[in-house]
Parts: sequence; C-alpha cells; structure tokens
Amino acid sequence: MDINFRSHLLVCTGTGCVSNGAFEVKKALEDELKKHHLEHEIQVVGTGCNGFCERGPVMLVQPEGVFYQQLSVEDVPRLVEEHFLKGRPVEELMYSPTERDASIPLMRDIGFFKDQVLVALRNRGSIDPEVIDDYIAHDGYIALEKVLTSMSPEEVIAEIKESGLRGRGGAGFPTGLKWGFCRRSPGTIKYVVCNGDEGDPGAFMDRSILEADPHSVLEGMTIGAYAIGAEHGILYVRDEYPLAIHRLEVAIDQARGYGLLGEDIFGSGCNFDVRVVRGGGAFVCGEETALMASIEGKAGRPRFRPPFPAEKGIWGKPTNINNVETWANVPVIIHRGADWFASLGTETSKGTKIFSLVGKITNSGLVEVPMGISIKKIVFDIGGGVPDGKEFKAVQIGGPSGGCIPAHMKDTIIDYESLAKTGAIMGSGGLVVMDETTCMVDVARYFLEFTQSESCGKCTFCRIGTKRMMEILTRICEGKGVPEDIPLLEDLAERICDTSLCALGQTAPNPVLTTLRFFRNEYEAHIHDKRCPAHVCRALLTYSIDPEKCTGCTLCARKCPVDAIAGDRKEVHVIDQELCTRCGECYMACRFDAVIRE
Amino acid sequence: MAKLTIAELRKIREQAKRSRNLREGEGKARITVHMGTCGIASGAREVMDALLTAMDERGIRDVLVTTSGCAGLCSHEPMVTVEYANTAPVKYAKLDGDKIVRILLEHAMEGRIVKEYALAVGSEKMS
Ligand SMILES: Cc1cc2nc3c(=O)[nH]c(=O)nc-3n(C[C@H](O)[C@H](O)[C@H](O)COP(=O)(O)O)c2cc1C
Ligand code: SF4
Repeated sequence: MDINFRSHLLVCTGTGCVSNGAFEVKKALEDELKKHHLEHEIQVVGTGCNGFCERGPVMLVQPEGVFYQQLSVEDVPRLVEEHFLKGRPVEELMYSPTERDASIPLMRDIGFFKDQVLVALRNRGSIDPEVIDDYIAHDGYIALEKVLTSMSPEEVIAEIKESGLRGRGGAGFPTGLKWGFCRRSPGTIKYVVCNGDEGDPGAFMDRSILEADPHSVLEGMTIGAYAIGAEHGILYVRDEYPLAIHRLEVAIDQARGYGLLGEDIFGSGCNFDVRVVRGGGAFVCGEETALMASIEGKAGRPRFRPPFPAEKGIWGKPTNINNVETWANVPVIIHRGADWFASLGTETSKGTKIFSLVGKITNSGLVEVPMGISIKKIVFDIGGGVPDGKEFKAVQIGGPSGGCIPAHMKDTIIDYESLAKTGAIMGSGGLVVMDETTCMVDVARYFLEFTQSESCGKCTFCRIGTKRMMEILTRICEGKGVPEDIPLLEDLAERICDTSLCALGQTAPNPVLTTLRFFRNEYEAHIHDKRCPAHVCRALLTYSIDPEKCTGCTLCARKCPVDAIAGDRKEVHVIDQELCTRCGECYMACRFDAVIRE
Repeated sequence: MAKLTIAELRKIREQAKRSRNLREGEGKARITVHMGTCGIASGAREVMDALLTAMDERGIRDVLVTTSGCAGLCSHEPMVTVEYANTAPVKYAKLDGDKIVRILLEHAMEGRIVKEYALAVGSEKMS
C-alpha cells in the first residue's frame, strides 16, 4: 500500500516529454531518491501528457503543487537534495514566462493552466495510465457502476441527450441522438467504434487522451455499448501511435482481469469486449464510412450515406462511431450529471473542447477549455501571446479543412455555431496561431496541399478541382497570378463543395475561401503589385542595399552564395538583381540594417 | 486478478484515497516539516519517520505531509507547521518522535492545538 508516501512526483510521460528525455529523468529521480533513502517516502509516478509540451520534460510535485519544467538528468541530484531532502524548492527549474520574469512555483498560478477546465482530460497528469487502481481511485468506473446498477439503457441515452454532448470528431452531431438511432436499429449484433484515426497534421488531442487516460475511453465505450445494446467494441487507432496503442492494450488487459470488460460485467448480464485495430494513417480513413471499410479490410474510401452507420455499418450491422474525446466525456457526464455538464459552455455547445495549440505562440501545447471562451483568451492568456514582439494576425482553426479567423475577430467565441459563422469549423481541435510574418496565400496553399494529397480520388472535383486550385495558388505565390485567378478560385471552390461525396472534399476549399474573405488584399497584392506583404513568397521579394547605411564592411558579399553582391571594402555595395536568388542571407547578415527587403 | 464485485471496486477506491488526496493536494490538514540543514542535524528526519509511521499504522489518509527549508529559528529545530482546515497555521518547536505523534492525533486530526509544544500561531506567508 502506498500510504506511507508523503509526496508524489508526477512526471509527464506523454510523447512530447518522452522525446525530450522524460523516461531518463524519471529513472534518474528514482535512483537519486534511493540514494537518499527517500524511496519509501516519495513516489515517482509516470503520467500521461500534462499539456505543456513546450516546456517538457515537466513534473508536478504533490501535494505542494510545485511545477518543474525543462528537466534534465543533470538537474536531478540537486533537485532531490534541495527540494526533497531539505525542503527547498529549486527556483531555477521552475517556469517563468520570459527570462526577465520571476519564476512561478505553483502550477495553478501559471497562466497556461489557470484558464483550462479539465473534463475529458480530467486525469491527465494525475494518474499512471498503466495502473487501473489509479484510475479507479480517481472516480474511475463509478459511472459504469451507476449505469449497470441503476439506469436503463433509455435513461442513459436520455442523460447524454440532456447533457448536450456533441461529437468532438468534427461534425458536432448530438451524441445522445446518434446512440438512440443505433439502439432503435433492428439487429442483435451491433458495434461501437472509437475513432482514433486523428489524421489532422499537428493534432494530438486524441493521442494524448489515449496515452493519459485509456480507461476513460474504455469506460465511456462500455456505457455506450450498454445504452445501444452492442457487445462488440473496436478502437481504431493509427499505427503511428505506438505508446497510445501500448497503453490501451495494457488497460484492456487490466479491465478484463477485473471483469470490467467481458461477460456479465458486475453480474448485470451486460456483455462487452473490445479490440484494437491499427489504422494505416490515411487522413480520409477518419471519415466514418471509410473507417468502417478499413476495419473490414477493404480500401479506406468513403461511400455514399444513407445508409448511415447506425443502419448498415461494419459488416452490414448497426454501428455507432464516436471520437476518442467524445467517449472520454461520457463517464463524467454520467457520474456528475447532465446538468453539471450542461452548465459549462454556451447555449448550443456544452462542456469543453481540447485544442492543440501550435504555431506562433509562446506556450504551445494541449489545452482543454470551456466552450464559450474567446479566441483572445486562448491566444493571450493561455498561450501567452505571440513571441518576439510580433503582431498577432490570425488563427487557423479546425484542421486542414478549417478556416482562418483574423485578429480583429479575436472576440469570437469557441462554439460550433459561432465558428461556423466565420467560415471556420470546430473540427477536431487544431488551432494554429499566425503572426505578421505569415503569408495567408501561402497558408491556404499549405492546407490545400494536404487535403489535395489525401483525397481518395473517388470524386472528380475533389481529385482534380483541388489540384487546379493548388496550381493557381502556386502561381500566385510565384508572382505569376492574373486578376481572373480570384474568381476562378471561388468558382472551383463552390463546385468542389457541391459535388464532393464526403466532408474531405466538401470542406477542402475552406482555407482558401476564408483567407479570400478576410485577407483578399493579400491575394490582390500578390497578383496586382507582385508583392508579398508578409515577405514570405520568395519570388516576390527584392533585396537592395541602402547606400546611406552601407559601411562597406563586405560581410554580405562574403555571405552571398551566388556572388551577386559587388563592392570594395569601405565602398557602398550593390546587389545584382539578375544574379540574386532571394535567399535572404545578406538581409540576415547585415549588422547595419542596410539591406532592404521589399 | 479475479472479477471484481461492486463492493471490491469501492474498496479499491477507498484505499487509494490518500494517494488521490495527495495528488490533488487536498486534505483536511497539512503538516510541513522544516528540513533545513539545521533541522536535519537536530533530528527532523526522526520526526518525519515517526510521523509517516504513525500515519501508516493508523491508516490516516487525509493529512498531507510536506517539507520546507529552515524556518529561520535554528535553535528551535526540529520544527513543524500545522495547517488545520482553514485555521491559521501553528508552528511547533523542539520536537521528537513522541511529540509529533501527539500533534498528528490532536491537532491535524481533531483540530485541537497542542499548546505545550506550540511556538507561535500564524506565520509569515508561505508558498
Ligand atoms: C476526411 C475526414 C476525416 C475525419 N477524421 C476524423 C478523425 O480523425 N477522428 C474522428 O473522430 N473523426 C473524424 N472524422 C469525422 C467522422 O467521420 C465522424 O463524424 C466522427 O468520428 C463521429 O464521431 P463524433 O460524433 O464523436 O464526432 C473525419 C471526417 C472526414 C470527412
Ligand atoms: S470527396 Fe474526396 S475524399 Fe471524399 S470521397 Fe470524394 S474524392 Fe474521396
């Protein structure tokens, strides 16, 4: 029994921290504690992703609440001796927003954590995902107990409906309603599926839940299965998530061992078991009909709906598919009640949403925020704003098929409908922050390039239309755009939206449409003035030397890889525009700001 | 592992409660043992050991134990500070293994200050 421990060191062992050496730090801590005979007083616990990946490896010391970051094996001896032996927390290893600021000892005082509300990630950083008793201690399987002993399937569905939970996989469909369709669908064999494909570039919300708290997903699925009347569960997880798959498999074994999965759970007569299917990782396999085809061993291509999965799903049987985050919300809703859940959020969007906050932002990482929070609060209070004194320009929200919301609309709140009004979408939770050095045409091209290459090819406009749009955007970035390009882009976008079978095609033009809406002047500058306002599109830049400022130090001439700069020592230098490849080396090199970039 | 009954599931949850309180930084009282060099030299370790053993033997789950550096009164070490519920922290001085157990049982568990050992009520703000 661990009753003897006076303190727990919660070391994050999510993928981000692990890649920065978290396992080594954990091992060093254990060894060092042993050396000081503290191993029976202080327990080291490996937890799932804490979210503050930017500062990994991170560790929380409980019960004090002291937060350490950017730990290395070399820091460990001092840390153990000072803090754990002598009780003097080590300030240099704590977080401070910038080098000039004082360090902040307690995790709850750090801006990044302060405004977050953890529901789906309620156990992140506080339990060992590979120890089922840890999960149970933190109210784990309490909801399943409640459901199996005191609720009918209809009551469970009614509770989920009342909570207002909507799917977190992108479309935001009401979860209780979906369960009801599948329950009413005739048939004795039914499936529930957890969609862990997570194909959006840069997204890691679902991975993080699976790594930090796999039992929450298993418990959610078991509750859903009971409500729907399904006995078979499938967790579809992309193969690139080895740690998540490992932790899931450990969790499944433990749950089976305790009889929380399998036959006659708690003697209630309810049977349910799950298996993990590894996905090849194609983005389109996340679309539900493609996902089902992939599970059946066929090529992962979407098909026409109806029939919906609830009618004809895997192997023709009624199937209910929900996203990882959706499932993880289910146990808390049952345990704490629909009213509690519905008290978080807005009129139409209840609860919280997890975002992976990346891009030009000081505190990147994984954040869970209440619905209704403004973009401004996420970017500035949680994210700590844009680094290096640059100006905030826009956020791209909703993954590759999402849209860009400009800085002047930063009061927009996170809510399915408010985001849709801007042309963006909630999506699965990608949030990319952009500053003044981001070219919006280039950004639109980047996202379109992704969806274009992931198109399954079934629909003509999705396959070829996106390709044509790509070519036009490339042309504009290279300074070869013509005025007709803008209406042409809009026309193609409309046709792609109208004629595509699945949401991949239907939403692929979103990044282009939203940037055209809010940053049309940037497109026009590229096309009419052959100028890239953000100085990103290389073909549109010119470098010249300001004769007033040039001291003739020769540094730029020596840096230039193509010998395009002429000039003697102490003489004003000149760039030969014919030879210049616009690499920008001279611009970076000049110590007198004499190189002008336009 | 055998299949759990609901009663067994609840038992696991109950047993792990201290661990949970610890991880969430929650408890009805908090005892801070001052473990500066001076504290350790004058027996803070023995105080800590006696405290943890007593908690273990009695199955006490809702008292948190933390450490901090020297309290600035080296001649009075070993010292602890007890914070019970929302009342002002109390400092105890010149402790040993028996005294700390009494403090644990009377003050941390029941909220009754052990006046004989108390040095001062209230303290400078601690983080
Ligand atoms: C191209 C494409 C990719 C998708 N990728 C995912 C994904 O990675 N994960 C996910 O949960 N849903 C994804 N979806 C949405 C699913 O089709 C489906 O709506 C979702 O899994 C339903 O679960 P929910 O109601 O809990 O959101 C994708 C949809 C499309 C069109
Ligand atoms: S819209 Fe695109 S990805 Fe979807 S089915 Fe058609 S071709 Fe395939």
